[in-house]
Amino acid sequence: MTALAKLFRATAFKLTLVILGLSAVGAGLVLGAVAWQVVQLVDGETRQTIEAEAKGLSEQYEAGGIRRLGNVIEARSRRPGSSLYLLTNAAGEPLAGNVAQLPQGVLDQAGFVDTTYQTVDEYQSGYQNARHALARIFVLPSGFRLLVGRDLAERGRIGAVMVHAMAVSLIFFAALAALGALFVARRVLRRIDAMAGTARAIMAGDLKRRLPVSGADDELDRLARGLNEMLARIGELMAGMREVSDNIAHDLRTPLTRLRNHAEEALRQSDNPAAARAELERTIEESDDLIKIFDALLMIARAEAGADRAGMCAFDVGETVASVAELYEPLAEEQGVALKVEAAPGLAIVGNRELIGQAIANLIDNAVKYGVVEAEASGALAPPTEIAVNARGDGKTVTIEVADRGPGIPAADRARAIERFVRLESARSRPGSGLGLSLAAAVARMHGGAVRLEDNAPGLKVAVTLPTGAAAPPTAPSPPPIEAGA
Amino acid sequence: MSSMRILIIEDDRDAAAYLAKALREVGYAVDQAADGVVGYDLAQEGGYDVVIVDRMLPKMDGLSLIGALRAQKIDTPALILSALGQVDDRVKGLRAGGDDYLAKPYAFSELHARVEALARRRPKGAPEETVYRVGDLELDRLSHKVTRAGEEIALQPREFRLLEYLMQNAGKVVTRTMLLEHVWDYHFDPQTNVIDVHVSRLRAKIDRDFEAPMLHTVRGAGYMLRDGAR
Repeated sequence: MTALAKLFRATAFKLTLVILGLSAVGAGLVLGAVAWQVVQLVDGETRQTIEAEAKGLSEQYEAGGIRRLGNVIEARSRRPGSSLYLLTNAAGEPLAGNVAQLPQGVLDQAGFVDTTYQTVDEYQSGYQNARHALARIFVLPSGFRLLVGRDLAERGRIGAVMVHAMAVSLIFFAALAALGALFVARRVLRRIDAMAGTARAIMAGDLKRRLPVSGADDELDRLARGLNEMLARIGELMAGMREVSDNIAHDLRTPLTRLRNHAEEALRQSDNPAAARAELERTIEESDDLIKIFDALLMIARAEAGADRAGMCAFDVGETVASVAELYEPLAEEQGVALKVEAAPGLAIVGNRELIGQAIANLIDNAVKYGVVEAEASGALAPPTEIAVNARGDGKTVTIEVADRGPGIPAADRARAIERFVRLESARSRPGSGLGLSLAAAVARMHGGAVRLEDNAPGLKVAVTLPTGAAAPPTAPSPPPIEAGA
Repeated sequence: MSSMRILIIEDDRDAAAYLAKALREVGYAVDQAADGVVGYDLAQEGGYDVVIVDRMLPKMDGLSLIGALRAQKIDTPALILSALGQVDDRVKGLRAGGDDYLAKPYAFSELHARVEALARRRPKGAPEETVYRVGDLELDRLSHKVTRAGEEIALQPREFRLLEYLMQNAGKVVTRTMLLEHVWDYHFDPQTNVIDVHVSRLRAKIDRDFEAPMLHTVRGAGYMLRDGAR
């Protein structure tokens, strides 16, 4: 498509043309109305003048009869101006006046007549020129007829001026329309072309590109901004996926290697049945761990896709928090940790009870695993620690907090701690897949909530906020659900 | 005891052969079907104690198969096996008329325990016992009282439900996930062996002061409550 064809096909171009066409018709109507009004005005004045003159002439007739009338008419006819006079006898033969030729029958009409005529001078010189006049014919008592009129050349001139004005303004309109349409269409086309170009560049793989925003804050800017937000979200997801696949490659290869090693070892120990059996048992343990990691990853993926929305129902989070805490309470006690639970009853939310239960379990499990100050090498018992679990609501949201007295997480590491498979150095030596917090975050996000890591001074406090309605906005670009609390 | 009859409907021949062999080794009579239609015909003839159905089958999928059986008023307990292991998959499976749901891959000990629990279930409509008795251990489900050899044992509500479930399945292996599902009503992975600590607490209460232990740990599988005197 050539540039010009593209321009003519642009919606902006067509729209501008239509609008200007409509305005031209509007302007024509207005000018026409004005012209008509002017003509009416001029006609009215002409009629008044004719009436006045007729009145004067009738006074002359009354005072001096037909002879005097004829003289007066002869005298007035010689004056310059647009007044017309004609006096005829009953047979229609002219006696006096400056009107020569009249169409047949005009003199028999009563009242005002719009007619053509010729002046006496022109008639005598043989010059053919049809003039227009507005006239009134009076029949005098003796059968004489008197025509008093005005030439309409002036009215014609006004009409001509009007027509001229209309023509000129239409030409201007057309020119403006064409220019305006070209300008608007080119402007819009340039921006649309820029957007399409960017979109193509993004499709070609340049995912960092964003649509240009002109700053005019018009509808194209709004569109560009909306699309840019979408691109940012897609970029975020893509980056997340890339990171996940990198991490999966790393964190699944490690247990897979161990799995393989155990299986090989079992083969090598074929002449030592007891050792071979132990290796096989470890093989199974290793594969069970892999399955758990796999399930957790799937669950995160599903929660992030919001696919579990069907499993949502209304339930009491306070009750869930209490029951999950109760599940972990004996374990915590065995580790020398006091689990303090404070859950206000009646914290109803709409959500997936299983997933939220799993999220709470992960947080408490983390607190029990990592939130304990390790005993000194001397063997002395660590001071009794506690884990505080509480749930409270303010009508709109429910906040679940799990706070420990362990070493905590430095502020700089908090955002990273939630990422998949990230196990901070301090935790590397202990069991775990590094998916617990990510899963909790994904579950919170799926419910339209967020997970925040805060300082418990000392220790770590993880706060999960869930909206009671739990209807995650499906379209609005949600802010990153993870915030590293100060 | 006449051997229990199990029908396995599974299209993966290796998996079906492995499962059939393992089930025969523990004393079941096993029939196999490789697609939904054959499986449905066999199951419809009845006489099975448990049907193990893969969720994705050629010709007729597992959930439709169970639904068709239930529509025919055939209520043979059905265990659904599935590669879809998420919570809502399980809910769908149970809603379709399945009695239990196990995600692949599974440990045979887990499947075995679940099949046992399904096979020896009291028939539908039979009156529920209000008092469970195993040896000298007695649990009254109405008054929530537990006694052993006439001595009352005080239990926390959760411990009571744990014991109730174990006694309901007395003599059978109960796995940790079965306990988590039936006593706590959760289907997720608790990461740590939290269940073990609960069981050992319960054990301390019902076994400590008595000579013969009743609550046994079955290595690699789970727990079993049985009369220690016999």
